[in-house]
Amino acid sequence: MSGANPYKVSIGLETHVQLKTRSKIWCACPNTFGSDPNTDVCPICLGYPGSMPVLNAEAVKLTVMAGLLLGCRINHYSKFDRKSYFYPDMPKNYQISQYDQPLCTGGSVPIEVDGKPKVIRIHRIHLEEDVAKNNHFETASGVDFNRAGTPLMEIVSEPDIASADEAFAFLQALKQMLVYGGITDGNLEQGNIRCDINCSVRPDTQTTLGTKTEIKNMNTFKGVHRSLTYEIKRQIEVCEQGGKIMQETRRWDDARGVTTAMRSKEYAHDYRYFPEPDLMPVVLDDAQIDEWRTALPEMPQARRTRFITDFGLPAYDADVLVADKPIADFFEATLAAGASPKAASNWVMTELLRMLGEQEWSVSEARITPTMLADILRLLDEGKINNPAAKTIFSVCFTEGGDPRAIMEARGLAQVSDEGALDRWVQAAITANPKSVADYQAGKKAALQFLMGQVMRASQGKANPPKVMQALKAQLDG
Amino acid sequence: MHAQLPTVATLPQLLANGQTTTRSVVDTLSAAIESRNPVLNAYLSWDGAEAARWAQEVDAQSVANRPLLAGVPIGIKDVLNVQGQPCGCASLILEKYVSPYDATAVARLRQAGALPFGRLNMDEFAMGSSNENSAYGPARNPWNAGYVTGGSSGGSAAAVAGGMAVAALGTDTGGSIRQPAAFCGCVGLKPSYGRVSRYGLTAFASSLDQIGPLTQSVEDAAILLQVIAGHDPLDSTSLDRPVPDYRAALSGDLAGMRLGLPREYFTDGVDPQVTWAVRAAIEECRKLGAEIVDVDLPHTRYAVATYYIIATAEASANLARFDGVRYGARESGQDPIDSYGRTRARYFGPEVKRRIILGTFVLSSGYYDAYYLRAQKVRTLIRRDFEAAFQQCDALLAPVAPTTAYPLGERVDDPLQMYLGDIFTVTANLAGICGLSVPCGFSDNGLPVGLQVLGPAFREETILRVGHAYEQATDWHHGLPPVCAEDGGQ
Amino acid sequence: MDVRDVAHLARMHITAEEATLFQSQLEHILDHVRDLGELDLDGVEPTAHAVAVQNVFRVDEARPGLPHAQVMANAPQARNGLFMVPRILE
Ligand SMILES: [Mg+2]
Ligand SMILES: [Zn+2]
Repeated sequence: MSGANPYKVSIGLETHVQLKTRSKIWCACPNTFGSDPNTDVCPICLGYPGSMPVLNAEAVKLTVMAGLLLGCRINHYSKFDRKSYFYPDMPKNYQISQYDQPLCTGGSVPIEVDGKPKVIRIHRIHLEEDVAKNNHFETASGVDFNRAGTPLMEIVSEPDIASADEAFAFLQALKQMLVYGGITDGNLEQGNIRCDINCSVRPDTQTTLGTKTEIKNMNTFKGVHRSLTYEIKRQIEVCEQGGKIMQETRRWDDARGVTTAMRSKEYAHDYRYFPEPDLMPVVLDDAQIDEWRTALPEMPQARRTRFITDFGLPAYDADVLVADKPIADFFEATLAAGASPKAASNWVMTELLRMLGEQEWSVSEARITPTMLADILRLLDEGKINNPAAKTIFSVCFTEGGDPRAIMEARGLAQVSDEGALDRWVQAAITANPKSVADYQAGKKAALQFLMGQVMRASQGKANPPKVMQALKAQLDG
Repeated sequence: MHAQLPTVATLPQLLANGQTTTRSVVDTLSAAIESRNPVLNAYLSWDGAEAARWAQEVDAQSVANRPLLAGVPIGIKDVLNVQGQPCGCASLILEKYVSPYDATAVARLRQAGALPFGRLNMDEFAMGSSNENSAYGPARNPWNAGYVTGGSSGGSAAAVAGGMAVAALGTDTGGSIRQPAAFCGCVGLKPSYGRVSRYGLTAFASSLDQIGPLTQSVEDAAILLQVIAGHDPLDSTSLDRPVPDYRAALSGDLAGMRLGLPREYFTDGVDPQVTWAVRAAIEECRKLGAEIVDVDLPHTRYAVATYYIIATAEASANLARFDGVRYGARESGQDPIDSYGRTRARYFGPEVKRRIILGTFVLSSGYYDAYYLRAQKVRTLIRRDFEAAFQQCDALLAPVAPTTAYPLGERVDDPLQMYLGDIFTVTANLAGICGLSVPCGFSDNGLPVGLQVLGPAFREETILRVGHAYEQATDWHHGLPPVCAEDGGQ
Repeated sequence: MDVRDVAHLARMHITAEEATLFQSQLEHILDHVRDLGELDLDGVEPTAHAVAVQNVFRVDEARPGLPHAQVMANAPQARNGLFMVPRILE
């Protein structure tokens, strides 16, 4: 659309976030991804007769911490309810969720689109259980209950989102905060974050929201963006042609790039919510909430500011470092191990990020530790090694780990500063390259770099460059 | 003591003295079942050979320092999960289900040395008051096989009263332990809500269900409660409170006790023979030292309606899991929803269907406030009635049911009539308090009458003391049902 | 109450005979239940639990679940370790 948009778009997202716990929400089955089908299951998460749920304390803590991160009101009293609907992925044919008294209410997520800041309000955050995974075959479907009972936090936004770009930015910002907070791994490929979209359009002049459609089960942020781009255009076209938007559930067809109406029958539900008799209410006092508040990790914005003011980093460096929490953590730990901020920042931003990218590894997969990097930087600083040697040691530490000093010694990477040895290499270079010497003496400064290179080659990279330079100049200028 | 089976209380001594062996008890048990079960239909299944093997193992062990229930086989209602055994809840929908785990109460019986023995008949999913809703036919009353056992723990009551179980576990959601105990003439205890873990009890109505013992004596009930009571981390509704020494509370007298008679439980609607027997029991309690006072439970007349809304609402959700996907019987269909519709249509019995429909309705959009929410509020009033009553007395005495056992088939076509028979028992479940049923006489046609003792929540020791003192002073529990005499019982 | 609609919500087919029978029986029961309408319940808190307890939690510790073979032994229909159902239409 060009020019003034005659339509207003209102989008609300219901984002389901899998919590980073060791066990499931009601039972002790492991909360892991990728096990063989139906191997992380027990009578409780299979909905066996007689089994009962017991609430995982960590799931409550993580949900409340997410609420605190998003500036929500933490409700002192909350409870669980049964939400009835029959579906093969639902072991009890009711989902234990929170209906009228969720753990968190209110809150917001700040976003920025095209340099313009905006705040998306949060309506509520509640805690519930994830369902099983359906696999579809030719004539039948197969259900794997490993995922059933994974703790799931549902973050319901207000319909403040006005475009596909804003929806994308919202999800990015939300993910960054939640990963920072240690609430979720935020791994989209593993389905850690999935959302349902509510979308409506209305003429600019209309004050009440238009009829909304719901797009269910989106599991990539790109998909959210694409489906919204399509759906907004579709709804506007319907309105332009004088048609009416139907309140319905639509499915995103990623291959065809369209949303299609689902058979409404399946989604016409009467959930019959009622209080879960098997679970007791959660009552939180201020002391408990404050304790969790103090345990909250620093958010990216605050960390960025601190990196700039406390460590004197350029804004660019700070941005790169805080973008990924484990990287920022690695950086700070390197400082704690004695490195200087600028050197550590350079090495993390160049060598570490480059090698992680090449290997497609996360920081935890690399063998290098912040202490190792700090040791390498110390060797460099003390003149024990030169830059190429430092890179070699870094690379060894990255893939194999080890003590940088020991690696230096074992591989003979220590820098040579002994004047006798340096003089011999310098003398040899001068003797072997009379033309370069003549060029230099005729005023061509570049010739000095060539001679320097010859010395470094002769020393197999171990000569101390400033000292070589010093010795060369002394000989030639002398 | 009827039949040949010893009580839980006497068995350890008999074993220690060498007067009997566990093997001999198990053989007697098996023989009694072989001869009487074809008539009484109390057991849905049992494994005599396995029990005999177990008995031999127990007999080979030293009698010194044995746990409380060493060598005691305990009958198990078909609603409780026992590892490796079917747990069919007397329903066709769970016909092929084999449980992979022990209910906590069952695990505690095992730890105490007992053997969970057999699967006892019941109303399907514990929904019923006569055991006529079993998919495998009703259990029959040992005093007259043409009469109902009561329900839903009818098999448990018939087995204990009919000399086919030393003791049994049942469950009580609205009277399902106390009423069949009264109808069959044995002792039945419904513990306070939260006293016994529900983990492994196939839920009917989660906020009302409790597991409890059906036994030959009050002392036996005290012993079994001692074993199964207490906090369980697997049941969030089980309370973390100390378990008193119940047996020590059985003083044999009622000196200094105040016992209340709820006026609303002594109305014209009660069979005069029941009233007469209960009144006589009250007189006996007075003689034993109790002071008798009148109390009011003004919301009693709303209890049945309140109960059937709450119980069926919870049941409609609890029974939603029976869909033929993960376990149990399955009918195929065009899609999963069609398959569910067919499976549930074919394998649920009529009473279960009725209750699922009622429970679904009272929770449905537009009716929740008028039915379910309203019932939850009346539940508060009923709870307060009891709190007020227990300000005035230590325990209440009342009939268990308005009538004695009735002939099989008499009420099956009139569900409301059947429900109204639960009037004196559902209140305890709604309020979460404890209740005990003790034999207190017989009607003219030779059917047992039960005395109900109701106590405040977590005061089981009080009602056990009352029941025990009364039992010791009378000999109703020594009566021998004809079925035991006929096949040669002593 | 329309027994058929409610039975559909409960995903339970019922026959015409059942519908007729249940309709009359349940209406009879609801007549009785309507007595609750006489009570003034303003300000009365609903009771959801028979005992008032709060904050019952488990510590977040993982333990292995059931052996896979045991889980599948109860499955009415299974293939490749999955519980099979008629194809789910979306
Ligand atoms: Mg949800
Ligand atoms: Zn599990």
